[in-house]
Amino acid sequence: MVNENLVKDVVSEPYRYGFITDIETEKISKGLNEDTIRLISEKKEEPEYLLNFRLNAFKKWQQMKEPKWANLGYKEIDFQDIIYYSAPKQKEKISSLDEVDPKLLETFDKLGIPLTEQKKLTNVAVDAVFDSVSIATTFREELAEHGVIFCSISEAVKDHSNLIEKYLGSVVPANDNYFAALNSAVFSDGSFVYIPKGVKCPMDLSSYFRINSGDSGQFERTLIIAEESSSVSYLEGCTAPMFDTNTLHAAVVELIALDDASIKYSTVQNWYAGNEKGVGGIFNFVTKRGKCLGKRSKISWSQVETGSSITWKYPSCLLLGEESVGEFYSVALTNNLQQADTGTKMIHIGPKTKSTIVSKGISAGNSVNSYRGLVKMGSKAIGSRNYSQCDSMLIGDQAAANTFPYIQSQQPNSEIEHEASTCRISEDQLFYLQSRGIEFEEAVSMMVSGFCRDVFSQLPMEFAAEADKLLALKLEGSVG
Amino acid sequence: MQSKTKEFDPILEVNDLFASTENLPILKGVTISVNPGEIHAIMGRNGCGKSTLSKIIAGHPSYTITKGEIKFTGEDIQSLEPEERAQAGIFLGFQYPIEIPGVSNLEFLRVATNARRKFLKKEELDTFDFEDLVREKLDLVKMDSAFLSRSINQGFSGGEKKRNEILQMALLEPKIAILDETDSGLDIDALRIVASGIKKISNESIGIILITHYQRLLDEIKPDFVHVMSDGQIIKTGESDLALELEKHGYEWTDNFSKEQ
Repeated sequence: MVNENLVKDVVSEPYRYGFITDIETEKISKGLNEDTIRLISEKKEEPEYLLNFRLNAFKKWQQMKEPKWANLGYKEIDFQDIIYYSAPKQKEKISSLDEVDPKLLETFDKLGIPLTEQKKLTNVAVDAVFDSVSIATTFREELAEHGVIFCSISEAVKDHSNLIEKYLGSVVPANDNYFAALNSAVFSDGSFVYIPKGVKCPMDLSSYFRINSGDSGQFERTLIIAEESSSVSYLEGCTAPMFDTNTLHAAVVELIALDDASIKYSTVQNWYAGNEKGVGGIFNFVTKRGKCLGKRSKISWSQVETGSSITWKYPSCLLLGEESVGEFYSVALTNNLQQADTGTKMIHIGPKTKSTIVSKGISAGNSVNSYRGLVKMGSKAIGSRNYSQCDSMLIGDQAAANTFPYIQSQQPNSEIEHEASTCRISEDQLFYLQSRGIEFEEAVSMMVSGFCRDVFSQLPMEFAAEADKLLALKLEGSVG
Repeated sequence: MQSKTKEFDPILEVNDLFASTENLPILKGVTISVNPGEIHAIMGRNGCGKSTLSKIIAGHPSYTITKGEIKFTGEDIQSLEPEERAQAGIFLGFQYPIEIPGVSNLEFLRVATNARRKFLKKEELDTFDFEDLVREKLDLVKMDSAFLSRSINQGFSGGEKKRNEILQMALLEPKIAILDETDSGLDIDALRIVASGIKKISNESIGIILITHYQRLLDEIKPDFVHVMSDGQIIKTGESDLALELEKHGYEWTDNFSKEQ
C-alpha cells in the first residue's frame, strides 16, 4: 500500500546527530578489573572513600548476574571489550571556556547546545558531558549567588566532598542491580546539583550527554539534592554518533528531596538507535531513582525516549515522607528494530503519599515497546493513592506493544487505579485529516502529539516543542 | 471580466469511471458532471457504489481507478493526494466522521482552514483571528463553542458529528462539496439545522452533491438533478421529481431501468 511506504519514509528520517568529532582522546585500554577501577579513580584524584565505594561495587557486580527478565533480546555484552575511560585531551586545568578545545565547543554548537558566553542559552544553565568528562558548565557564578551548586560530579567530589560522601549511593545502593553496580564501579562523570534551603532555582538546569567514541562505554552519574522548601527543574539530553557497533550506556541518577522540596527531572533521550536493520545503536541501561525523604516533598520524572537500540529504564520514586508526591510521565517511541522496556516504580512507604503514572508508548516498524511498572503500597502507607494510565499506539502492522503492570499492596486503606488502552493510527483517521487539506506528515504528527499531550504538557515549555518535533522527525515515513 | 462560458464550465466531471478495491469492481462506468451553483442528489441502494464514488473523488487510497477520469475545474486529479484535492476545493462530508482522540477540534479546524487559505493565497489565520472566524461559522450549524475544545468527533453524538462536518465545509469554502448521507442518523430538528447550514453555505459558485436515501433532506434542499445509482452505474437521471417517484415506488421500481445515457 502506498501509504505504508510513505509512513516508513517518515519514520526513517536519517539521524541528525550521527556525526563524529575528530578529536584526540585519552583512552585507557579495554577491559575491566580492579586495576581499571584504581586507574579511573587515580585519574580523577579521588579520595579513598570513593575508591572503596567503587571497589566494593565492583565486587558486588562480579557476584551478580545480568538481568534477563526484561522483554528485550540482544546479543550478549562483552564487558571486557569496552573502554571504561575516554576523555578528549585538554589542558590540565581549564579556568575558562576560552581554553576549551574549539572542536568540542563546535560539537555542542552543532547539537544546538551553544556553550560560549556570547551564544549560550539565556535561561538554561548547561553542563556538557563529552564521553567520560564534563567539558563545561554555564552560569555557574550566577547560580552560586543563589547558593545553587551546579557542576560536574568530579568537581563536586573535590569541592563538596561532604555532600558526596553523605548522599552518593544513598538512593541507588551500589548493589542495587547489575547495571547500577557496574556504574558505581566505573562511573566517570556526570552532573551534581545542590539547591540550598528555601531556594527556588532561578533557571532550569540541564545536562547534555554526548557519546563520541565508539568503543568506550558511557557511565555517568547524576546526583541532585534539594534541601527543605527548595525547588529545581532539571533536563537532560543525549545524542551519539552512528556506529555499526553497539555502545553501552549505563547511568545512575539519584535525586533527594527533603521537606517541601520539589525536583522536576525531564529527559529527552535521543541516543543513536541503530539503522533500519537494527545494526548499531546504544544499549541504554539506566537506573534512575528519586527519594522523597521529606514531608510534602515531590519528585516528578518526565521522559521522552526516542533513541537507543535497547532501552531499559525505570525512573522511580521512593515515597518516604508523609504526603510526598511522585510522578512519572513518559513517552517512549520505538521504530524499526528498536526495543524499549521502560516504566517506573512507585514505592509508597509513608502515609498519605500520592503517585501518578502516565505512560504513552508508540511502536512503529518492527519495534517492541513494553511498559513495565510497579506500584507498591507498604504497610504504613495509610491513605495513599496511585493513579496509573498506560496507553499504547501502534503504527503499521509489524510493531508490538506490551504492558506489564505490577501491583502490590500491604495497606488496605490505600487506593490504586490502573487504566490502559491500545490504539492504532488507522488509514481512515489519516484519510480524514488529509481530506481536510492536512499533509500526510502533519496528520501523523498531529495524531502522535495528540496521543502524547498529557505528557508533553509536563515538559518545560521549550522542550515540549522540541519533543514534539523530535517525534515527528522520528516518525517521518512510518505510518500506513 | 470572466466570460459567460467560463462561468459555466463544470467544476466536476466524472467520465465513464471504473474503479475497484482489492480487485473487486465497484464502479462500472459512472458519468456525472456538476456545474457551479448546481445541487445534485445521488440515490440508490446500500452497496451500489455511492460512497465509493465520493471517496474516490476525495482520493481515498483504498480504491484503484481502472478506467475513466475525474476532472476538477478542467484538470485531471488522479495523481493528486487527498490533501491536494482538499486544498484545491474538493470537500467530502463523511457518512461516518472519524474520531481522533487527543487532537483538539479547534486546532484541527485551524490547520485545515489555513491549508485551504494557503492554496487560495489568502493570509493564514493565527489562533485569535481563527477563533473569531470559527465562532461566526458555529452559528450556521447552531454549535456551541464547547465543541471546539474537545477532541475531533470524540464522544460526539451522531448529530454533532454531522454538524461538525458542515462546520468544516463552511470554513473550507470548497468549490465542490460531496455530502455522503449527511442526513443519516439525524432526528428532524438536527436534519433541519444541517440542511439550513448547507443552504446558507451554498451559492452560485459552489457545486453540491448530496448522497442520500431520503426525500426528507431533499424537501429541505431542492436538488436540480437526481441520479439513481445501481450496481456501480448511474441508471437514471432526472429532476427533483424523480426523487419523489423513488420515494413512492422504492428502489425496486428502478430495477427495470436499463442504463440511460
